[in-house]
Amino acid sequence: MTDHPTFSNDPPGHNDNYEEDEEEELSEAEEEEDVEGEEEEEEDDEESLVSESWISNFCSVIGHEYFAEVTEEFIEDDFNLTGLSAIVPMYKEALEMILDVEPDGASDEASEGDPESDAYNNGAAARKKAARMGAGGAGNIALIESSAELLYGLVHQRYILSRPGMQQMYEKYIAAHFGHCPRVFCNNARVLPCGSTDTPNMDTVKLFCPCCLDIYTPPNSRFQQVDGAFFGTSFASLFLMTFTDIDYSAPSHKTPAQIPPTARKASGSSTAAAASNAAATSSGLPPQPGTLNGFATQNIAPGLGTGKQYEMKIYGFKVSERSKSGPRMKWLRTRPDDMNQLDEMTRAEMRRTGRLRRKKKGQSSAKDEDGMDVSPGPQEPLEQRRVIKKPVRRIRADEPGGPTTAR
Amino acid sequence: MEEFNSETDSDYSSYWRDWFISSRGHEYFCEIDEEYLTDRFNLTGLNTEVQYYQYALDLVTDVFDFECNDDMREQIEKSARHLYGLVHARYIITTRGLQKMLEKYKKYDFGRCPRVLCAGQPLLPIGLSDLPNVKSVKLYCGRCEDVYVPKSSRHAVIDGAYFGASFPHILFQVYPQLIPQKNTERYTPRCFGFKVHASAALLRWQEQQRVAQRRRLIEAEVELPTPEEAERMQDSEDDEEEEIVDSIDVDGDKVEW
Repeated sequence: MTDHPTFSNDPPGHNDNYEEDEEEELSEAEEEEDVEGEEEEEEDDEESLVSESWISNFCSVIGHEYFAEVTEEFIEDDFNLTGLSAIVPMYKEALEMILDVEPDGASDEASEGDPESDAYNNGAAARKKAARMGAGGAGNIALIESSAELLYGLVHQRYILSRPGMQQMYEKYIAAHFGHCPRVFCNNARVLPCGSTDTPNMDTVKLFCPCCLDIYTPPNSRFQQVDGAFFGTSFASLFLMTFTDIDYSAPSHKTPAQIPPTARKASGSSTAAAASNAAATSSGLPPQPGTLNGFATQNIAPGLGTGKQYEMKIYGFKVSERSKSGPRMKWLRTRPDDMNQLDEMTRAEMRRTGRLRRKKKGQSSAKDEDGMDVSPGPQEPLEQRRVIKKPVRRIRADEPGGPTTAR
Repeated sequence: MEEFNSETDSDYSSYWRDWFISSRGHEYFCEIDEEYLTDRFNLTGLNTEVQYYQYALDLVTDVFDFECNDDMREQIEKSARHLYGLVHARYIITTRGLQKMLEKYKKYDFGRCPRVLCAGQPLLPIGLSDLPNVKSVKLYCGRCEDVYVPKSSRHAVIDGAYFGASFPHILFQVYPQLIPQKNTERYTPRCFGFKVHASAALLRWQEQQRVAQRRRLIEAEVELPTPEEAERMQDSEDDEEEEIVDSIDVDGDKVEW
């Protein structure tokens, strides 16, 4: 099945078709879980405090809701830890703590085991916080604790890019564990955690909205303690490229619909695109592609564009852009009505083969000069001139792939 | 009297407005002046909108002395809140009201923009409709010019009509020196350091829109070009010889903005 030729820019080693099958099963299972949703989550928090694993304890601490539980196998594979020993102080001890390995040898180390587990059974979030701050008074164990958290975070950054990690994060995404976009016109779309850097201790975690392609500060201040590097810069983008057929614009209280595979076929195949194009053609737009630049067209910033942009109005009248306080940031929330405008490859090809007609500046400038010389009022030519030279690349493709017919 | 009223101390619950603005969830409201409330002209048309209008007005202006049962009292209380909200929408676009809201804006009473690149820009309350019971209050960011849902659910139940759809824009028209510096910086989705093709194409297109608008404004002499921009405009004027347009563009003339 090679019906998505345009997906060639997916990450290497990624198999589309396999992904889809797996994902369909998964989403069915998810739908059930989603109903119970968040109440269950809170119960989980309390229950898992009793469980003995360091990892599940870490993930159930308040403020760590965004974290997935990294499997022990993943951590035990030395390859996955490459280079981390240079970044994390007390690497060995930290690793042992994460994997709940009883430290062998020295008696003082052995005695650490008990207070450690006691502390966890009491759900000592406060103590952990102190450890995170690196409070010297708490001694060696606090240092190891903070090292373990750092190590876990950095492993987590790698883990969520792996297939099982991605699946776990998908489940969390569907259950809306990361929350929703605060922007009104994104209509409560789910968000994904992301970091602005992959280096630890630089910035806190942020939330990426696939609907408006922007990042937001988490609403709750408890997430402002969480390092953004523990999620990394690549995760959110890779997530979108992995799960290509879920509807990212779905509000967080609804299970996102699947984008039918037919709608994702290239616009070249007539029947598939027909359905999705029905709306487009009725509004006078050329047929819209099903996939564009490797994404389903309806998943490219679905929260932006006409009708999903805030328009500033005073008493119902739009504020002119020529006003000092007029709109200046519309570009940020815009999206072409005709998505073919984003198909840069096809456009470049059409330009090359001359299917997009070149317009000689001579015509308009001649008009200008004529206007200056002949017509008494400079008003009209000026107006014309502005319209003509305004957009830098004002090109509108006719059907991409199809021969252009001058209308 | 004036000073006394503007104190937001809930001990003075005898003053209804004082109590109202200091009660939980009403942090976005400012106090309406007594004179404004008692001027009938400012209340034009509200008698048809608010039930028990006269009683509600009496309650708001602290001259309520109507003996009634609790049910009735509750009804009137509800009407009074509605009336206060609707008058509030009118009041905050007066000179005095704008001043009061400005103070609250400067104190970050309405919160900060959640958008990372707005760097904690203070927000302003806005309604998406001027009609009551349509949409709840939203928050407008003057830097990214977008509207956001209030963080707290207790604010999400306030009617947007109590602030009106025009308020932030009027504020910035009246106080143009407060218009925040716009920010062309933006988030670029990346994967392993590489831009994601689909979003990068959209970002490029958006950037074209921004440049096009900038050029329009410079041509209209609303804004002054930076030296680099002046140079670039000079360049692109030469480039226009090779500008490519669609064949139907000449008559269709589709203007994007």
